Amino acid sequence: MCIRAPRKGENYELSVDLNSEYRDKRKDAIKRVIASYDRRQRCCDFSLDLPTVLNTSLDVSGLFPDVLKNMQTDDLEQKKLVYLYLMNYAKTQPELVILAVNTFVKDSEDPNPLVRALAIRTMGCLRAEKIIDYLCDPLQRALRDDNPYVRKTAALCVAKLYDLKPELVIENGFLDQLRDMISDSNPMVVANTVAALTDIHISATSNQPSDSTSDPAIFVITSAILNKLLIALNECSEWGRVAVLNALARYDAQDDKESEHICERVVPQFQHVNGSVVLAAMKVIMIHIRNVRRDDLVKQLIRKMAPPLVTLLSSPPEVQWVALRNINLLLQKRSDLLSNEMRVFFCKYNDPLYVKIEKLDIMVRLASDSNVDALLSELKEYSSEVDVDFVRKSIKAIGQTAISIESAAERCVNVLLELINTRVSYVVQEAVVVMKDIFRKYPSTYEGVIPTLCANLEELDEPEAKTSLIWIIGEYADKIDNADELLGIFVDSFIEESYQVQLQTLTAVVKLFLKKPDSSQGVVQRVLNTATKDCDSPDVRDRAYIYWRLLSTDPGAAKAVVLAHRPPISIPRTTVSPALLEELLGEISSLASVYHKPAQTFVGHGRVGADSVHKGSEISDAQKALQTVVAGQQAENLLDFGDDSAQDGQPSGLAATQILPSTPAAANFLSGTSANPLDDLVSIFGGMETMGMGAGSPSAALSPTMTSMSSPFEGFGGPAPPSQPAQNAQPQEDLLGLF
Amino acid sequence: MASLIAILDLKGKPLIQRSYKDDVPSSYIERFLPLVLDIEEEGQQVTPCFSSQGINYMHIRHSNLYILALSKRNSNAAEIIIFLHRLTQLMDEMMDFGFPQTTESKILQEYITQESHKLEIQARPPMAVTNAVSWRTEGIRYRKNEVFLDVVESVNLLVNSNGNVVRSEILGAVKMKCYLSGMPELRLGLNDKVMFESTGRTARGKAIEMEDVKFHQCVRLSRFENDRTISFIPPDGEFELMSYRLSTPVKPLIWVEAAVESHKGSRVEYMVKCKAQFKRRSSANNVEIYVPVPDDADSPKFRASTGSVQYAPDKSAFVWKIKQLGGGREYLMRAHFGLPSVKSEQDMEKRAPISVKFEIPYFTVSGIQVRYLKIVEKSGYQALPWVRYITQNGDDYSLRTALEKGSTPIVQQM
Repeated sequence: MCIRAPRKGENYELSVDLNSEYRDKRKDAIKRVIASYDRRQRCCDFSLDLPTVLNTSLDVSGLFPDVLKNMQTDDLEQKKLVYLYLMNYAKTQPELVILAVNTFVKDSEDPNPLVRALAIRTMGCLRAEKIIDYLCDPLQRALRDDNPYVRKTAALCVAKLYDLKPELVIENGFLDQLRDMISDSNPMVVANTVAALTDIHISATSNQPSDSTSDPAIFVITSAILNKLLIALNECSEWGRVAVLNALARYDAQDDKESEHICERVVPQFQHVNGSVVLAAMKVIMIHIRNVRRDDLVKQLIRKMAPPLVTLLSSPPEVQWVALRNINLLLQKRSDLLSNEMRVFFCKYNDPLYVKIEKLDIMVRLASDSNVDALLSELKEYSSEVDVDFVRKSIKAIGQTAISIESAAERCVNVLLELINTRVSYVVQEAVVVMKDIFRKYPSTYEGVIPTLCANLEELDEPEAKTSLIWIIGEYADKIDNADELLGIFVDSFIEESYQVQLQTLTAVVKLFLKKPDSSQGVVQRVLNTATKDCDSPDVRDRAYIYWRLLSTDPGAAKAVVLAHRPPISIPRTTVSPALLEELLGEISSLASVYHKPAQTFVGHGRVGADSVHKGSEISDAQKALQTVVAGQQAENLLDFGDDSAQDGQPSGLAATQILPSTPAAANFLSGTSANPLDDLVSIFGGMETMGMGAGSPSAALSPTMTSMSSPFEGFGGPAPPSQPAQNAQPQEDLLGLF
Repeated sequence: MASLIAILDLKGKPLIQRSYKDDVPSSYIERFLPLVLDIEEEGQQVTPCFSSQGINYMHIRHSNLYILALSKRNSNAAEIIIFLHRLTQLMDEMMDFGFPQTTESKILQEYITQESHKLEIQARPPMAVTNAVSWRTEGIRYRKNEVFLDVVESVNLLVNSNGNVVRSEILGAVKMKCYLSGMPELRLGLNDKVMFESTGRTARGKAIEMEDVKFHQCVRLSRFENDRTISFIPPDGEFELMSYRLSTPVKPLIWVEAAVESHKGSRVEYMVKCKAQFKRRSSANNVEIYVPVPDDADSPKFRASTGSVQYAPDKSAFVWKIKQLGGGREYLMRAHFGLPSVKSEQDMEKRAPISVKFEIPYFTVSGIQVRYLKIVEKSGYQALPWVRYITQNGDDYSLRTALEKGSTPIVQQM
């Protein structure tokens, strides 16, 4: 659409053309007017510099009457163009559009059904209040039109009207009329009616005040409606089927027989060529299968889901991605769904990265004893591709495989060693990170690998890789002859390192000291000195002090705390809470199921006030928090925090430490986000320290809980509370003397 | 449910846009590309759907355009994304027909002006909707009633560097050209193993086991679910009746392996062997073998025992083209490239697989056969079905077999 710069008198020219006796000339003029108007509107939308807009586009509002004259024509294309013009125009000049009302009403009684439908559709799109009032009568007629094309257009128009002026829809009884139209003989009309009713239902529910629990009951699906929908399903167009299936998903089945019936009727839709029909059918099945009691039917349904899901992977990449996100959810619920299909998820060389990453995740989920060799050989192949992100994720996947399949762990480690030998920097670093996790899962199993890892120490420049290697050195300090030398390198550069590396260095050196006290006194003093004196991170300083006091007060206790046994890690099977998973499975193919997030976390509320939006986000926060807790619990039931105790005051926090000696690891350690397993311990002892410093009688308050602690803490909780930490310099000298 | 659909150029400028619901202002279109750039800058993946400030952006990339849908609701992502793909198909269709650029966008706009999801209705007069079948109008007349069936099978295959087939699948499609009068009832019979088993009939010859079947909306799905009968009233003209997928292991129809001898900083040499592993009476047409080479390779020299070889620097590959490759035949070619003496430090080299394109007429790799096509119309005319078969490469027929010298000995026969 090329618009020339305005010339003098162009408006006049257009006006002449609009009134031309030649149809082609008139049509062309209308097109030019629309183009000019569009351009102007768009510029205004983006609030560009107004003079520029006025210079580059024509003000065509003066031509309105000339354009309007062209509305009365039997040329359908010309009529459409004028309608298009009006739709744009109505947004800014509603009072002028009223002039067109008569023609609209006349058109809605035209003998040609196409014109009748067009008039109804356009009036619904005008979105001007004044026009809307004139819409009701033609709409009333159109809903009862002989021609199904007009009826199906009218059905959607009711939804448009509801969006603008809900009271008009209710006053005119359009809702009842729509409900009747579910029985229409034409499947297209049924489909659009269902779409319209669903739309109205959704806006009615979301516009309700959030404290009201009553259902507006706009579109309640009864068993009579159910049967009509099941019949229409087989007859309507592909998009209509999606609408019908969505309605079926909302139906509450009376009993298990009815659920079975729905499943059996919906299953043939898996054979539809349109992927959104297939996914909508999956959604219906996933919802109604909950009530199916016949095991053989459940098995059969699940078996029938696999082939169409696999076929979706032959779609364009964006569709594949939507399918993969949904498959991921389905696998979290039904891990057996695609157990023989891992190979179809192998990445193609030309797959976009977002597809490859989803495939990787699913491949790891499907990994089992029987297919792990094929998987590892693929992952190794991916690790030599060009894209750094993908390579890293592939190496991570090797680690996840090692952790989830014990029998394959050794093969995974061998692949990782091969990768480390490539000496490609980011490959080595990622492999080191992954090796650390393998050690956390299988302690003391693959110590033979450690020399190779340490040989690459110089290569590491990423904090995560560094902390991983330092953790490994600290953990196996007694088995590494030159552990003090290796850690010494990080102590030398302590101040330049990032905090997470500093924290891990500190811990590793303390471990080294507890394991080999004779050879590492120097290095531990050095690191404690640097961390307490020269380090500006309060976390690092506090932790250094804690270690220091622990070591000086009771090296035995220090050993019990720092070197205590930690349970092996594991990979959670689900990434969302069970409740959320059920919710998302009920919304298969929607954005929620694609994002793996409940709808209220991302849905913008059109007309809802700020209050309910706020409320929505609160709910989601709570849900997210719950999700995290559940994920944590699934990952590892380590710290038996009740839902509330985590937020409660000190006493319960300390009470929880009772179980610490036996399982002294912190929940966030598992997620791999925290570099240091002692974070939680630190915070607890940090609390004690401050209480000890307090002037009142905090030790008395502490003693009941203290005495109930088991052995390693007894010495600590007893007679020698840290009494002098108020003066910094002095205790340091004291402590040094203690070594 | 989409509130707004727009077509944007790669700079994020909207070329065409259409608002269907005014709950999302059109100004959000302009925010799309900056958001994409932000996500990329953070090192995150730009996925086809993402949400920002309560607006959901759903998009696909089509050559040098973005097709974007915006929504405020928890929309049906699958439906919208598939719908956007249909839009691009529409565009392809029109470019195929070679409309001039200017009218093209107008025609396109005409299509997009319709409310979403309702494209197929607008294209034909509303009379079609009055029928029980929305995809066919009444009163179609042909002097000669004919049906053409094309069975096209595409083979996707991945061969690992040790020569094993890691993954293979056959994607088949039955395409129809239907020139039939009136409202004909059609029934298609295939050598479908499941159908034979369920009806207790014994198959004459081989029966095939289709893992998944997809049908055009004209096929009665419930009928197929019940007794595997494919019955339908066809649309007029050309359409894809069904597609199917088989994951039975496929022997690579065309086997390619390459030995690479790389002398860093001076040259790289390739020896490629290609073998047609299908019956002698068939032959593959328009075979193209793409062998990847380093990006900075230069001065190519080729020697082939058949066909022609070209360097395709834009694809970082050379292409060995063989017009006709007879079944059971085996050929060799050699390539020699110069490499710049200065090489970047990065050791990792892109290892794209070898890919192959081909067509084998009168042959289906799965063995699928059309047993019959029954055509019944109340006027009782006779109609003739014509069937053709062809097998070709799918979009991923690749072999990771380019190996450094020494790992695979290739017998020299040239």
